[in-house]
Amino acid sequence: MAVVKVTRPKLNAGEKMYLGAIFKGFVITMKHAIASMRNKTRGADAMESTGLGITMQYPEQKWDGHLPDYYRGAPALVTDEQDRERCVSCQLCEFICPPKAIKITPGEIPSDDPWAKVEKRPKEFEIDMTRCIYCGMCEEVCPEQAIYLRKDYAITGLKRADMVHNKKKLYEIGGKRVGLVNKWNELK
Amino acid sequence: MSEPAATVEAKLPKDLAAERGMVNVQIDGVWLQVPRGMRMIEACKLAQKEVPHYCYHPKLTAPGNCRMCLVQMGMPPRPAPGQDPVRDADGYENIGWMPRPVIACANTVSENMGIRTGGELVEKCREGVMEFLLINHPLDCPICDQAGECRLQEFSVEHGKGESRFVDAKVKKPKNVDIGPRVRLDDERCIMCSRCIRFMDEVAADPVLGFTQRGTHTTLTVHPGKRLDSNYSLNTVDICPVGALTSNDFRFQMRVWFLKETKSIDVNCGTGSNITIWARGNKVHRITPRQNDEVNSNWMPDSHRLSFHQIDSDKRLTEPLAKDGSVHAPISWGSAIADSAAELRKFHASEIAIIASARMTNEELFLVRALASELGTSLVTTVPRMGESDGLLISADRNPNSTGAKLVWQSGDTAGNLATIREGVRQGSIKALLVLSEDLVEAGFSSEDLAKPAFIASIQLLAGPTAEASHIVLPGAAFAEKRGSMVNVTGRIQRLNRAVEPLGSAKDDWEILRDLILALQGAKVGDGPNSIEDVFKAMSSQVPEFDGLSLSKIGDLGQAIVATGVTIPLLDNERARKAAGLING
Ligand code: SF4
Ligand code: SF4
Ligand code: SF4
Ligand code: SF4
Ligand code: FES
Repeated sequence: MAVVKVTRPKLNAGEKMYLGAIFKGFVITMKHAIASMRNKTRGADAMESTGLGITMQYPEQKWDGHLPDYYRGAPALVTDEQDRERCVSCQLCEFICPPKAIKITPGEIPSDDPWAKVEKRPKEFEIDMTRCIYCGMCEEVCPEQAIYLRKDYAITGLKRADMVHNKKKLYEIGGKRVGLVNKWNELK
Repeated sequence: MSEPAATVEAKLPKDLAAERGMVNVQIDGVWLQVPRGMRMIEACKLAQKEVPHYCYHPKLTAPGNCRMCLVQMGMPPRPAPGQDPVRDADGYENIGWMPRPVIACANTVSENMGIRTGGELVEKCREGVMEFLLINHPLDCPICDQAGECRLQEFSVEHGKGESRFVDAKVKKPKNVDIGPRVRLDDERCIMCSRCIRFMDEVAADPVLGFTQRGTHTTLTVHPGKRLDSNYSLNTVDICPVGALTSNDFRFQMRVWFLKETKSIDVNCGTGSNITIWARGNKVHRITPRQNDEVNSNWMPDSHRLSFHQIDSDKRLTEPLAKDGSVHAPISWGSAIADSAAELRKFHASEIAIIASARMTNEELFLVRALASELGTSLVTTVPRMGESDGLLISADRNPNSTGAKLVWQSGDTAGNLATIREGVRQGSIKALLVLSEDLVEAGFSSEDLAKPAFIASIQLLAGPTAEASHIVLPGAAFAEKRGSMVNVTGRIQRLNRAVEPLGSAKDDWEILRDLILALQGAKVGDGPNSIEDVFKAMSSQVPEFDGLSLSKIGDLGQAIVATGVTIPLLDNERARKAAGLING
């Protein structure tokens, strides 16, 4: 391997005492400090800051309106226009999920159910949010457009068990999603 | 390129092959000899060339109705009168390729035939067949149990066009049809291969399935007034290449790609059908037959297939119990073994009897023999369990290891002592019973008899009268939880493999027996054999039939070690059909 010799830059007396650099840094800091006290920080408007400077008072104040469309928050299950559970418990998301956060108990739809022709839906669907890495693989793999990463990011709980989203919770977060492919239409 | 025939020596390849009852076939450019009368598709399999197919099954007749197995075929051109065939340097005639494909499943090979399993013609044809098969196919994969092991999925990836040009409405057919107690039919998914129809007719001899309607409306159905209720009905689910037939028992339980496969054998009768156990985590989800042409061909009876549910049923015993007054209370393994040994030592050897089982593995039976000599008793028996053969696979002997018991105990009648023991218990001369994986009620003991012995210890799988009557219950392992070997009615030694861990704190039976022997000897735990291989080694040095064998040498398909003269009726049928040229086997 070639050896490259690096020579130290020659410093003059002023640089050697680094007083100049310290002073330069001090000026920059003070510029920002004064600007923030005058509420003139760059980007403060865009961030809807209420306090001094750019600081946002979380959690009283949230940035949710600024989350981009592609933001990946908690995965959740959705229902369609007719309130049908879109998930058919095919377990592809369970298979693809890298940290194995998803656990599905598949079940059969009883024959007297209006959606009996779909035949299958989850009996239980659990996502362990202490495991989920918000990768979005589940959304990508789902053949039924049933699982989406929503904008929820503040997932908290006092116990590990609180951090497991069960089916009910997942539909609560997911809500209704319209305008998706209606595969189980009257032709099916 | 070819030389005149006259310069070739008398021994042409065709003569060489004919001497051995073979013919020469060129498959994708390579010549090889295959048996005369073999189907082209089997010849391709020999050449390790996969020909995708749906309707063909080696154990069933070939109707050639799916057209998936199209290949290009060629034969030497017919010479003009008086003209000698033209041969190349190796003595093969030139092949004239046919411009249209043929099906490989229903045509047999002939001398100097050429087969191309690839190429533009074949690939285009396959693409076309796939497109036709998919025209009316529903988009059910997410809810279809076959997904993951579906031939239609696999071949449409490998040989399909990848898109559909069909714009019309798909044909509607009955879905979720209840055609039998264990099988569900979805007609939209059926690709009309007729495998299920042929299986029920040719193997199960209960022809209840058939097609109605024509063309795209062809519908598989069960004969009016009949049901698909044969004890072999679930085999149709296995051979259905798509998800048209699914098992009610396995339906929507688990996706197949999560399941781990373990090769083992069935323990519900003396045939010992080879099986695959499909488990996820510590739960068995299904059992399917595994091909072994010397035992069960590709099939197995439904009743045996579904018996695995007892492994995690409510009745399963999962911890050692001791009777405290009239109720059982859980105790530790250490004290269960120590107490059993201490209790047994209180009796004179002549007051102790062991009722073992021909449901135990060879290794366990070997340890039973050691246990009996440790206790000094000669009153050891198994319990016979005779029924009627169903004329197919289920053997009259419902014990899976009667032959093994005879070999290991070196005795012609392992159940000979049973009547003596029963009488002894009734008379009161036998005061302590050791019941190993057996049911005393099935062994002919009445509930009064069960109350008589002063001490009963038993290894049991399930709660029942025997466990109820026992003073100490030692929970044993189910067949899917243990390793070991058994010898089936035809004298073939076969292997059980562990698919799941014993439930709760249940233990492998051989370990329980070993610990019991050690406790009786007063030796420390750990002095005995540490692995089942060690037990097998000790056994093979004492049982001449097992000489030179080890668990790994037995192999997945087992080995014939003794001749018992017993045959399996289903195999006899199969061999007759093979000899008649109906199937290739
Ligand atoms: S977002 Fe990723 S980690 Fe979270 S549940 Fe989906 S696949 Fe699993
Ligand atoms: S991939 Fe979609 S349809 Fe399948 S189980 Fe997951 S959420 Fe349900
Ligand atoms: S039979 Fe195969 S292709 Fe058809 S729905 Fe089932 S898995 Fe999909
Ligand atoms: S149900 Fe299955 S095995 Fe029977 S004809 Fe249809 S595709 Fe073939
Ligand atoms: S496999 Fe040859 S036609 Fe079906």
